[in-house]
Amino acid sequence: MAYEPVIGLEVHAQLLTKAKIFCSCSTRFGAEPNSHACPVCMGMPGVLPVLNRKVVEFTMKMALATNCRINEACNFARKNYFYPDLPKGYQISQYAQPLSEHGYVDIELNGGKKRIGITRIHMEEDAGKLLHDEHLPSSYVDLNRTGVPLIEIVSEPDMRNAEEATAYLRRLHEILVYLEICDGNMEEGSFRCDANVSLRPKGETAFGTRSELKNMNSFRNVQRALEYEIKRQQYILESGQEVIQETRLWDDSQGVTQSMRGKEEAHDYRYFPDPDLVPIVIDNAWIEEVKKSLPELPLEKRERFIRDYQIPPYDAGVLTSSRALAEYFEEVAKLSGKPKIASNWVMGDVLRFLNEDKKDIRECPILPQSLAEMIGLIEDGTISGKMAKDIVVDMYRTGKTPKTVIEEKGMVQITDETALEKTIAEIMAANPAQLEQYRAGKEKLFGYFVGQVMKATRGKANPQLINELLKKMLAKE
Amino acid sequence: MILNRLTIHELQKLIRSQEITSSDIVKSVFERIDAVEGRVHAYITLMKEYAFAEAAKADKDIKAGNIKPLTGIPIALKDIVCTKGFLTTCGSHILHNYIPPYNATVVEKLKDAGAVFTGKTNMDEFAMGSSTETSYFGITRNPYALDRIPGGSSGGSAAAVAADECIASIGSDTGGSIRQPAALCSVVGMKPTYGRVSRFGLIAFASSLDQIGPFTKDVEDCAIMMNAIAGYDPRESTSVPLDVPDYTACISRGIDGWKVGIPKEYFIEGIDPEVMEAMQKAIKTIEGLGAACVEISLPHTEYCLAVYYIIAPAEASSNLARYDGVKYGFRAQDSSDLLDMYKKTRSAGFGAEVKRRIMIGTYALSSGYYDAYYKKASQVRALIKRDFEEAFATCDAILTPTSPTPAFKIGEKMDDPLQMYLSDIFTISTNLAGIPGISVPCGFTKGGLPIGAQFLAGHFEEGKLIQIAAAFEKHANLEKRRPVL
Repeated sequence: MAYEPVIGLEVHAQLLTKAKIFCSCSTRFGAEPNSHACPVCMGMPGVLPVLNRKVVEFTMKMALATNCRINEACNFARKNYFYPDLPKGYQISQYAQPLSEHGYVDIELNGGKKRIGITRIHMEEDAGKLLHDEHLPSSYVDLNRTGVPLIEIVSEPDMRNAEEATAYLRRLHEILVYLEICDGNMEEGSFRCDANVSLRPKGETAFGTRSELKNMNSFRNVQRALEYEIKRQQYILESGQEVIQETRLWDDSQGVTQSMRGKEEAHDYRYFPDPDLVPIVIDNAWIEEVKKSLPELPLEKRERFIRDYQIPPYDAGVLTSSRALAEYFEEVAKLSGKPKIASNWVMGDVLRFLNEDKKDIRECPILPQSLAEMIGLIEDGTISGKMAKDIVVDMYRTGKTPKTVIEEKGMVQITDETALEKTIAEIMAANPAQLEQYRAGKEKLFGYFVGQVMKATRGKANPQLINELLKKMLAKE
Repeated sequence: MILNRLTIHELQKLIRSQEITSSDIVKSVFERIDAVEGRVHAYITLMKEYAFAEAAKADKDIKAGNIKPLTGIPIALKDIVCTKGFLTTCGSHILHNYIPPYNATVVEKLKDAGAVFTGKTNMDEFAMGSSTETSYFGITRNPYALDRIPGGSSGGSAAAVAADECIASIGSDTGGSIRQPAALCSVVGMKPTYGRVSRFGLIAFASSLDQIGPFTKDVEDCAIMMNAIAGYDPRESTSVPLDVPDYTACISRGIDGWKVGIPKEYFIEGIDPEVMEAMQKAIKTIEGLGAACVEISLPHTEYCLAVYYIIAPAEASSNLARYDGVKYGFRAQDSSDLLDMYKKTRSAGFGAEVKRRIMIGTYALSSGYYDAYYKKASQVRALIKRDFEEAFATCDAILTPTSPTPAFKIGEKMDDPLQMYLSDIFTISTNLAGIPGISVPCGFTKGGLPIGAQFLAGHFEEGKLIQIAAAFEKHANLEKRRPVL
């Protein structure tokens, strides 16, 4: 029997607000344990939460960017469970009334498009972290992360294979980073993903029994874990057994998913509205205000680049992969007036340099103005494309403008006809044999003369001018 | 002149005229504590050294003419409000060693008004009880009858004021925990509107019901205390940003032309006949002040107890989850693993009544029961609130007994939780509706046990409560008694 996988993803993204969701502690990552933990973070008796409105605004941004409906009123609920990294014994989350629902994003697959539904996006607080020391019988609790704002993005079970799931995940990641509300770092856990996977016979509409996959901390691991889990369930079904509803952990080193807890051990979280917080009312004016603050989203930008700059879809995809890169490219394109050439330089040399140094475009020593200037210098013949390849290396290394680099190196292209004519005449005089052969019809020797001129001018002569003059002078008897 | 017997406003006059110092008052209070605390046991922790140091500071302010409404006045705090650097136990073994790193807003406000704290008063564990018998630190006795309970859960705060072991005190009221002990100890106790006094730093029992309020020797002192503690707090989301009127201005306004509702559901069988008699007299007094007493109906009254005993334990089961032995407080030793530590810590750290309520609450919130219990209770709660809104559309205030009976004997109801829960039958609805209530002394039984009358008003109408309670206090012509200790 042919089976069809059904996949839904739950994504948690840490928001880049300066302060935590329910107190004014810093959200900064990597500080000394418990140095960003106040009595509210520590769940001290008597403390109360006060909502950071920036968190609502950031969540609204994501909701609007993913076509969700924002509910007029929403509230917080307590999710009750015991764990040492959860100081209050409950997590403040949203349950029956989330901030937003019923959205979607479009993903691209081998040229085709597919729409993936988003069930809901809600706000919640992150938990702390346990630090284990293998040599000690006890563990430590670090509450710096407690109360860092999270949004949970729950998809519809709309994905049918691992590729679709990772494409969807990348799309969410890209939007979050574009909105500058999440840094998207999967290894540090600021972007995390759980997956629900089940299989059903092709053509069947009811869902099969699902497993929930956790602990996949990279796009690659999400893909591998899903592929493994689909195969595992397929094997179970094909051998006539039944899939058990359970939570499974991805084991990266072994490349397998392993059972963590079954349905019987599943928590009853006893959700109820948090009486310490009041309902959040979001009116149209607020929604409009947030809408206005939204940047152009990656997909729109990609389409605009293809349309306005006449660059290939592939280039547009690379150049819009981050907002900063897109901005960099656009500036170079606009200042130089040569978008395609700008795209070649950015995608070619600039990105190569940055990749080699593992640097971000925001750290690029070549300013967009400089790159545009360089393109202009090629265009007006001041330098050759070949010279530019060297110049750009220096520009990257020193951060200097192309003009400075050219001046310092004395690299200006020779465009003085009389000077060049004199050089050519000297070369012709020094190579009578070759000249004779050329004139006898051995036209291949033209390249030889070009090389000689380049050598004599140390590559500074304008190639077009060399061609022109050589043709004229070699032809003369 | 026995200073510890005086009221805030009496002492303030003497302070302003520089006849006495704060140190004199504090000395008098601690002498009284030394004399009677062994019998009453109102306090869990005394802050004697601190109190004298603060009194000395207050005396400098007094000399400098820098006198605030509570300057130099010794005030006791229920051991449920967090005091930076001072033990705050909530009457529980699980917090027996807990010293908060911060002050509750109410503590800060009282300090700002000049108050001097005498100590932390005894209470039912986590405010769960009506008799102060569930405290881990032993019982408190009613100063008017040492074989009886002082009421609860703020029994220590009520007894401390009644026994003159402080001038005024702070309590908390989730279902009657200020008003019922006030009635049983013949003092004034107010539960303000939900959102009127900040809950920040109040150890939570049931977050949607908890409210801090004062115990005082008379209504004017209640107004002075309310002036000091009421007001918006940005640290509490449910705090209401409304201006606070000067409550002392309400003292002498009278209630001529008022309409006072007498809810028929509150005058029922089972009320102690002497309490009933005192209430009839109270109605006469009110009428004598130019107000009309009219029978009204609060039709959903019969559901109050049931609704309360779902909502309060549900919230408590979640609020008390943080006491897990991980971060602070008691932790059981010799646990084999994490789960074992949780179980041993919470089994040994909580008393029976707290455990009972955690279990009730956990059950009420469980998957499959939520709709039938918590959700339904929340819906009925809205109806109870509406009952009051409708009543206050026509009435200025409502009068009821505070407690169906006077103080009962120690141990009498400990084995019968339902009987214990019934002690709060007239006070619970107030918390469910979020409205303010005040209990004022309303005479004594023939046996010398205090009786209290409760006035209720609409949201943020504490001023009206002060107004009617002050008028009643002035004209009720009640028997004057002092506890014999």
